[in-house]
Amino acid sequence: MRRLGILLVVGSLMLMVACGSSSGGGNASTITSVTVTCSPSTITYGQTSQCSTLVSGTGNFSSAVTWTASAGSISTSGLFTAPSAGNVSLLVTVTATSTQDTSKSGTSTITVNPVQTTGNVQPIIVDSGPAPQSFATVNEGFVTVTVCVPNSTTCQTIDHVLLDTGSSGLRLLSSAGGGEFNLSLPNQVDSSGNPLLECEVFLDGFTWGNVALADITFTVAGEKASSAPVQVVIPSSGSPAVPSSCSTQTTGPNEGNSLSAFGANGILGVGLFQQDCGLACTAANGTVPPQYYDCSSGCKPVYTTLAQQVTNPVFLFAIDNNGVLVQVPAVPDGGSQNPAGSLIFGIGTQSNNGLESANVYVVPDSGNNAGNFITAFNGTSYPQSFIDSGSNGIFFLDSNTTGIPLCAKPNNSWYCPTTSPDNLSATNQGQTLQGPAGSPIPVNFSIEDATTLFSDNGGNNTAFSTLGGPQPGAFDWGLAFFFGRNVYTAIENQSTPGGLGPYFAY
Amino acid sequence: MNSFRLAAICSHRATSILLSLLILVLPFPARAVLGDTAASVLSDQARMKGTLRSVDNRTYVMHEITSPSGSAVREFVSPQGAVFGVAWEGQFAPDLQQLLGPYYRQAQLAAASQQDASKQPRPRRAPIAIETPGLVVYETGHPRSFHGQAYIPQLVPSGVQASDIR
Repeated sequence: MRRLGILLVVGSLMLMVACGSSSGGGNASTITSVTVTCSPSTITYGQTSQCSTLVSGTGNFSSAVTWTASAGSISTSGLFTAPSAGNVSLLVTVTATSTQDTSKSGTSTITVNPVQTTGNVQPIIVDSGPAPQSFATVNEGFVTVTVCVPNSTTCQTIDHVLLDTGSSGLRLLSSAGGGEFNLSLPNQVDSSGNPLLECEVFLDGFTWGNVALADITFTVAGEKASSAPVQVVIPSSGSPAVPSSCSTQTTGPNEGNSLSAFGANGILGVGLFQQDCGLACTAANGTVPPQYYDCSSGCKPVYTTLAQQVTNPVFLFAIDNNGVLVQVPAVPDGGSQNPAGSLIFGIGTQSNNGLESANVYVVPDSGNNAGNFITAFNGTSYPQSFIDSGSNGIFFLDSNTTGIPLCAKPNNSWYCPTTSPDNLSATNQGQTLQGPAGSPIPVNFSIEDATTLFSDNGGNNTAFSTLGGPQPGAFDWGLAFFFGRNVYTAIENQSTPGGLGPYFAY
Repeated sequence: MNSFRLAAICSHRATSILLSLLILVLPFPARAVLGDTAASVLSDQARMKGTLRSVDNRTYVMHEITSPSGSAVREFVSPQGAVFGVAWEGQFAPDLQQLLGPYYRQAQLAAASQQDASKQPRPRRAPIAIETPGLVVYETGHPRSFHGQAYIPQLVPSGVQASDIR
C-alpha cells in the first residue's frame, strides 16, 4: 500500500493549507481509507484534544475531511472541545469523513473524565493493628482520621481506625478504654437538652458511650464532615454505667473495655445508611428501642431525630457524598503482609470512582433484611447475606452444609478444607422488600487451611483473601472478599450513576 | 412407634389448648423462656407489645410474636410443652437475657471461653456460633439486621431439624 506513493497528510491544519481546494483533479483518484488519531485521548470536561487524519488514496485524491463528534464540539481543523461539565466518565467518538468520498471515514475515541475537584483518596493499611493486642489481627483495614472540636483548630489525629462498610458512623475508643482518643468534644444533646448516649450493638459485642460533635477530616483525601455526631466509646468501668437493656441485646462483651476488645482506635462506619439507627429511633417508630439513651436521671431509652443520631461521615461531605469505593490489592493465596489500599470517596463523582463494569446489587433500606442481598450456594438461597469490610473473613454456612471441616483448636472458629485451596462458587443477587432484584451473578472464591495461613511467612501475614469461617444460614463477605476487587457501598437515597442507594456493587 | 407418635400429637394438642387457655386466663404470667414452659410465650408477647401467631407443625408448635416494627421472635414448643428453641430477626436483637433465660449466662460464658489464651487470629465483628452439648446459639447480621436462633438439643423433638428453628 505505502509503496503506491499515496499522499499522506498528518494534521488537518496542514491538510487545509497544503491541499486546500486542489482536490478536484483527475477522475482516476480514489480514497482508500481514513484514520483518525486524537491527542491526548483522555481529557477532563472542558478540555480540548487535537485530532488529525491520515487519508490514503490513489491518484490526485483530496485529503479534505469533515469532522463530527458524538458529544462536545469539534472545529473544522479537528480541535475537539469536551462538554463544559459533567460528573460521570464519557466516551466520545470523533469521526472524520472524506469530502471526496463520504463513504470513507475513520473514528477515534476520547475519554472525558469528570474534573477531579479535590483529592478523594484516603490510604488504607491492612496491618497488625494498634498495639497492644492480646491476639493477632488479620484482615482488618485501617485508616487515619482527624477529629476536631467543631469550627476550631483543636484537633486530634487518630490512626488505626477500622474501615467498616457494615455500619454507619464514626466511633472512637476513649483513652479510658485504652484508645488514643482524648479530645474534649461538645456533647450532642437530646430533645430535652440533656447529653445523648448510645448503645450500638454488633454481633459479637456492643459499644456504649456519649454522642459528641466533631469535625471529621480525612486530611489526605481533603474531605470533611462538619459537626458530625460521633460516638465516644467508654468501658464498663466508666460513667454512666451500661444499661442492662443495652448489654442484653448480645451475648458478647462491652467492646469498649480495652484496646484488645475493640481491636482498633475507632470504627469508621461508611456503610449503606445515612445514620446508624434511622427512622426506628425516631418518634415515628411508635416504641423506643434500646439504642439512644438519656441518663440525666437513670438511663432511659429516648427517641431522637435523624440529625441527632451518629451519622455516616460520607453522607455529611459537601461532595463525593453518595458512597465509597474500597480498593485493596489482590493478595496471592497464602496471604501477604501489610498491603496498602485506598478508600475512595464518592461513586461516579470523579475520574477515579466510576462504576466501570461493576454490577449493582440493591438491598432493602428497611425491614428485617435491611442491607442484605441473596447469596445462593449449592442450589439454596440465603437472603440474609451481605458485604462487610469490618468482618475479617468470608463467613458462610456451616461444615454440614459446605462439607468443609473446621480447623483443630485453637483455630476452630475457621475453616480448614481438606483440599486447600478449596475453589468454590456461589451467586449473588440483589433484593428489595418485594423479593429478588436483578440476575444472580456467579462469584468465585477460594478457602485455604486457616491454620496454615496463620503460620506461613513466620505468622507475619496480615491479609488473606482465602480466610473463611462458619456462619449458619448466610454469607458475610468480609474483607477477604475485597482483595483484588473494586467494592462500592452506596448510601441510601443518594443518587449515583448506578441508581439510588442503598446498594453494593463490585 | 405409632402409638408413641399418637401420644405425642395428643400431648401436643393438649399443650395448644392449654396455651389458649393460658392466654385467656393469665394476664401477667411469670417471665420465662428457652427451656421453660409455653406460658413464657405470653410474657414475651406482653413485653414486646406484639401480635401473636401460632402455627401447628404437628411435631411442635411455633408461636411468633411480631412487633409493630416488623421484628419477630419465634418460640418453638415441644409436645411436652417445653420451649426447645427460639429464633429472632429484626433491626434490633431482642432482650436475649429474657429470651434465653438461664441459658443467657451459659451463652455468655461459652462465647468468652472461645476467646482462649491463644494468640491465633479470631473472627472479629463476625457471626456468633456457640455449639455446646447443652446449648446452640447462632446469630448473623450487622447493625440494622439481626437474625438469630438458639435451641437446647436435648429438648428438640425427634424429626425436627435445627434449620426448622428459624
